[in-house]
Amino acid sequence: MEVIDLAWWKLALTALLVLALAGVSLATRLGIGRSLLVAASRTVIQLALIGLVLEALFASSEFYWIALLALVMLLVAGREVMARQQRRLRGVWAFGIGTGAMFVSSFTVTVLALVVVIGPQPWYAPQYAIPLLGMMLGNTMTGVALSLDRLNESVWSQRSIIENRLMLGEPWNQALEDIRRHAMRSGMMPSINAMAAAGIVSLPGMMTGQILAGSPPAVAVKYQILVMLTITVGTGFGTLMAVSWGSRRLFDDRERLRLDRLVHQKNQ
Amino acid sequence: MTTLTLDNIAVGALEGVNLSLHGGEIVCVSGPSGSGKSRLLRAVADLDPHQGTVVLDAMQQGSVPGHRWRRQVMMVPSDSQWWHEDVGAHFEPEQRKLPSALGLPPETMDWTVSRLSSGERQRLALVRALARQPRVLLLDEPTANLDEDMTRQVENWLLEEIRTRDLIVIWIGHDIGQIERVASRHYRIQGNTLEPVHGSH
Repeated sequence: MEVIDLAWWKLALTALLVLALAGVSLATRLGIGRSLLVAASRTVIQLALIGLVLEALFASSEFYWIALLALVMLLVAGREVMARQQRRLRGVWAFGIGTGAMFVSSFTVTVLALVVVIGPQPWYAPQYAIPLLGMMLGNTMTGVALSLDRLNESVWSQRSIIENRLMLGEPWNQALEDIRRHAMRSGMMPSINAMAAAGIVSLPGMMTGQILAGSPPAVAVKYQILVMLTITVGTGFGTLMAVSWGSRRLFDDRERLRLDRLVHQKNQ
Repeated sequence: MTTLTLDNIAVGALEGVNLSLHGGEIVCVSGPSGSGKSRLLRAVADLDPHQGTVVLDAMQQGSVPGHRWRRQVMMVPSDSQWWHEDVGAHFEPEQRKLPSALGLPPETMDWTVSRLSSGERQRLALVRALARQPRVLLLDEPTANLDEDMTRQVENWLLEEIRTRDLIVIWIGHDIGQIERVASRHYRIQGNTLEPVHGSH
């Protein structure tokens, strides 16, 4: 089956629909017209640029270019994790813990999936490595950000309880156990829900894209299963690491709760 | 005999606090609000960073993990916290017997926490702390939410427990009548130091 390429002027037709939506929003004073247009333009520009980057990358297939792109993706995800926390750790910790957790989990799981499961030649072949890493990072980022936000927020609002438990002689991790559990849950729930709904409620985007691009559904389904399982594993371990490093940092070596290490950032 | 020594403690505005307490002794600390009474207790329990050293017998504050120190040197805050649904879940199964002197019916242990009044919480917090067998008690206004009669009952029960368990107690209070009834010694926070109040024995 041949893939039907899309002409740019046909994409422009879809863009007109977005303009129409923005027009309606303006007329009915919904107040989302501006952000809708900005976001739509960002999608077009960002994806067009990454398309160019990927074209160049696929042509060269040099390891260091792929590693560089992976690094950029990781740093942007790390910044995003930091920005999504209303209360976050002071200094480099907010960035460091999120980025570190994403690095260890996403990169390990991606490399594992590439080397052991898919097995392209070479193992870092960009057609496989970059999309896989992108999906892994995107989902791990959501999980890590949600769990860290939940962790810091709960520690702040339940500080009296934590301190009372410390006063009664509980170790710091016991005084924090409920909060840690809830933080882990909120980081993991999106991927668990996505797995539960896959194929029935929703056709996952990656699989749909692959089918649209001409791949047989049976193959696309296998890739989708691989992706969903690895995403869950990556998100799970990433969330686990972020929550345990983040909560350790909220206490000092005397097991005191150190809320002075949290800063509140105003709503963006 | 158990001895707790505070050597040159400085926390917040408070500095140069030197105290030595023995088992069975109750040292009362009073002072204007905001003068750092609670922070002093928090420093002794090692809940806030502070300067100076605290030693319980041969155990120095920094030499054991924080939770092991606080298991021995236990603070009871003025507003106690309850995190489980039921009162009983905050106690070990064998600790669920309530002393009759506190006026709490035995079925209190089956109540939900939301049902407790502030006075009941305060009394239960004392029971909860004592059940964990500390050697030092740091009490932050332990009868603040109790009426006159109940205050007396709790005082008598506490004095009895402190005597039989040979506990060391730092007791923050503001009611001078209470301080005269319970204190072995009385200190007041003056400016940024702790000064003995004369006339107390």
